[in-house]
Amino acid sequence: MIRSLVFTLIAAFALCMPAYAQDDMPPAPYAYTQLDDPVLEARALELMETLRCLTCQSQSIADSDAPMAGDMRHQVRSRIAAGEDPEAIRAWLIERYGDYVSYSPDVSATTWPLFAIPAVLLLAVLFALLRRLGRRSGDDEAA
Amino acid sequence: MIAEIGLASLWLAAALAVLQMLSGALALRASNGERSSLAVYARPAAVVQAGLATLAFLMLLYAFAITDLSIKLVASHSHSLKPFLYKLTGTWGNHEGSMLLWVAVLALSGGLLAAAEKRLPERTMHATLAVQGFVALGFYAFLLLSSNPFERLPVPAAEGVGLNPLLQDIGLALHPPTLYIGYVGLSVAFSLAMGALITRQVTPEFARVMRPWVLGAWVFLTLGITAGSYWAYYELGWGGWWFWDPVENASLMPWLAATALLHSVSVLAARDALRTWTIMLGVLAFSMSMLGTFLVRSGVLTSVHAFAVDPERGTFILILLALYIGGALTIFAFRASSVAEGKRFAATSREGALVFNNVMLSAILAIVLLGTLYPLLTEAFDVRVSVGPPYFNPVGAIFAIPMFLVMAVGPLLRWKSDKPDRIKQELAIIGAILVSITVLVAVLGTYGLLPVLGLALAAALAVAAFLPLRGRKLSRVPTAVWGMVLAHFGVAVALFGMASESAFTQEKLAAMSAGDSTSVGEWSITLDSVDPVAGPNWTALEARVSASRGGEPMRLSPQARNFWAPSQATSEAALLTRWDGQLYAVIGDTAGETADGTQRWQIRVWWKPFVTFIWYGGLLIGLGGVLAIIGRVRSDMRRRIATRLGDARRAELEQLEAAKTAENA
Repeated sequence: MIRSLVFTLIAAFALCMPAYAQDDMPPAPYAYTQLDDPVLEARALELMETLRCLTCQSQSIADSDAPMAGDMRHQVRSRIAAGEDPEAIRAWLIERYGDYVSYSPDVSATTWPLFAIPAVLLLAVLFALLRRLGRRSGDDEAA
Repeated sequence: MIAEIGLASLWLAAALAVLQMLSGALALRASNGERSSLAVYARPAAVVQAGLATLAFLMLLYAFAITDLSIKLVASHSHSLKPFLYKLTGTWGNHEGSMLLWVAVLALSGGLLAAAEKRLPERTMHATLAVQGFVALGFYAFLLLSSNPFERLPVPAAEGVGLNPLLQDIGLALHPPTLYIGYVGLSVAFSLAMGALITRQVTPEFARVMRPWVLGAWVFLTLGITAGSYWAYYELGWGGWWFWDPVENASLMPWLAATALLHSVSVLAARDALRTWTIMLGVLAFSMSMLGTFLVRSGVLTSVHAFAVDPERGTFILILLALYIGGALTIFAFRASSVAEGKRFAATSREGALVFNNVMLSAILAIVLLGTLYPLLTEAFDVRVSVGPPYFNPVGAIFAIPMFLVMAVGPLLRWKSDKPDRIKQELAIIGAILVSITVLVAVLGTYGLLPVLGLALAAALAVAAFLPLRGRKLSRVPTAVWGMVLAHFGVAVALFGMASESAFTQEKLAAMSAGDSTSVGEWSITLDSVDPVAGPNWTALEARVSASRGGEPMRLSPQARNFWAPSQATSEAALLTRWDGQLYAVIGDTAGETADGTQRWQIRVWWKPFVTFIWYGGLLIGLGGVLAIIGRVRSDMRRRIATRLGDARRAELEQLEAAKTAENA
């Protein structure tokens, strides 16, 4: 319904807020530092926005202040800086954390209905429109 | 005493819902002409019930206002030191309280319907009230049996637990009640649809009765979603306005269904077409409201397994959902054959365009539903997948783009049958804008396909929204048409904001000590100082940031707050609004010290061009809906007065005639 009412979710939220003066470890270098090259940074950001923060509720790692998200941002930025392909980095993260980490589902044994159903839907929509609008009907049939 | 009055009124209201249901149903069973002696109770039962449910809600509001810690709900969600406003808004900032608000709004709208609606045939009205009573009864049972808001503690608590600081915000004060009115307004549309279906009265008159309820619910949903999106944007501190989160989707799905219903009911009122389709959408819209309630209220979103461990509430709502949707579909299956589809029309006609867009809206709804429920389904089998913006945006766009194209043209077409040739000038204008903006944006920079198409569609829609006024005398355009023009223009404005935010946002992360400068977009940003500050129930670190682009520097003060009841850290973003966008600043954690020992801070700044247009658009859409309601209600009043005058005159004439014949005889 609305974010505000998901109280149970908010317990998970607390983890994603900055833990001021609580964490002893300083964040990884690229957790809060952008890449110097704007093109590379844009590429990294685009990827980070589609990766899930695993300790939060519905947040991408680009938006999360959780320490783990910071570590993942560091991974993404340093790998992009080293010239790796964004999709290769995604594949590496999926291998490590499972499908759950990526907001962009691929066609796989577990996700194929996400793509098959819209395709069927598209056909159904075309069929429905052809049936409803396709027939010529100038005559005003009283109902 | 307060809690007991509240609880007693709830039980009484539930009893009246039973009376309303039985009385309406018995009135239906009585054959035509006969009057059931119980029938007279349906309307008063609905009205009194509205008063009782409101009383129950006011009692809870009062308990929160005085922080009555002997009530379990107050003790676990409030705190004596909380600011007064947030004590009040805390009433619906929890499960039981928000369900009580939901039920109170449901009873109020049922009461309003029973008291004010005199246009429908009595039988249809009774069927409607019976259905409304049945729906209300389910939710009273849910509240009383599984989520009693008035439960007392054996021993009053010494102090309350407090309200989550994220929820201590004025956005929360306005957002849930607005959405609830929208959800519950759709329950009236549902009851009316069922009433009309049961008594086989799916007529343009019925559509005219249903339309203000649909419009009203839709306006509140629009405003509720707009407010919720803005609340998430500034309160959660990461600058996002929509994330296709299941909770957001839960409010979007009823809106999509209500938007389709709204257009369909207009066709039924104007042209007596799309009868079964309108009824179907009425069922769908309220089903989506209940599904949203189930998703948010059952805890299924946090974890399917947590839900399986403590399934009481979720199961209850699921049963209600199955009962109402199943019942409605069963009635539909029995009656649909006796309700003909209505008047026919050609593909190129106003109705044709509306049907096309209704189908597209329903398809988008199906995509959102799939993307929201699929991860829950797989989680039940221990397979966890995430479905997010990279899925919803392109798959939704497959249906949204044709919809926007037809939306630009639809209002220009004539009812029943039209020739594309007649509007070829307008088509040329719209096409030219589409092509030129696409080319222009694509040449000026490299942006994603969707933002580019979004910008082009927004420009085309903005112009197309006003084309229906071409060649008309503006002073004579009906209010409802202005409403349509404004709402369609609002869609263009919101779309422009979304595309622009997505294409042009610039972000800067910097570790800064006092006196350091950086830049984002055209703005130069200086951190002046970081100081501790204190509020009524929090302490914070406040950054003073100056921002300028050529002119006078502006001051932004983002805070990192620590609340102490309950203990939690939040980030308060600072916003600087300009006509062409917003500067959004957040202060994060410390970032170590520089070589000479000065403290550094993480400062995060975004420049978001035209992001505010998203919410201006939402407001315009809502305003368009309000104008449409005013226009429809006014013309309906005028028609009713005219009919009454006509009747009076006819009666006089008849009397005269009768007198004459008497004289002659």
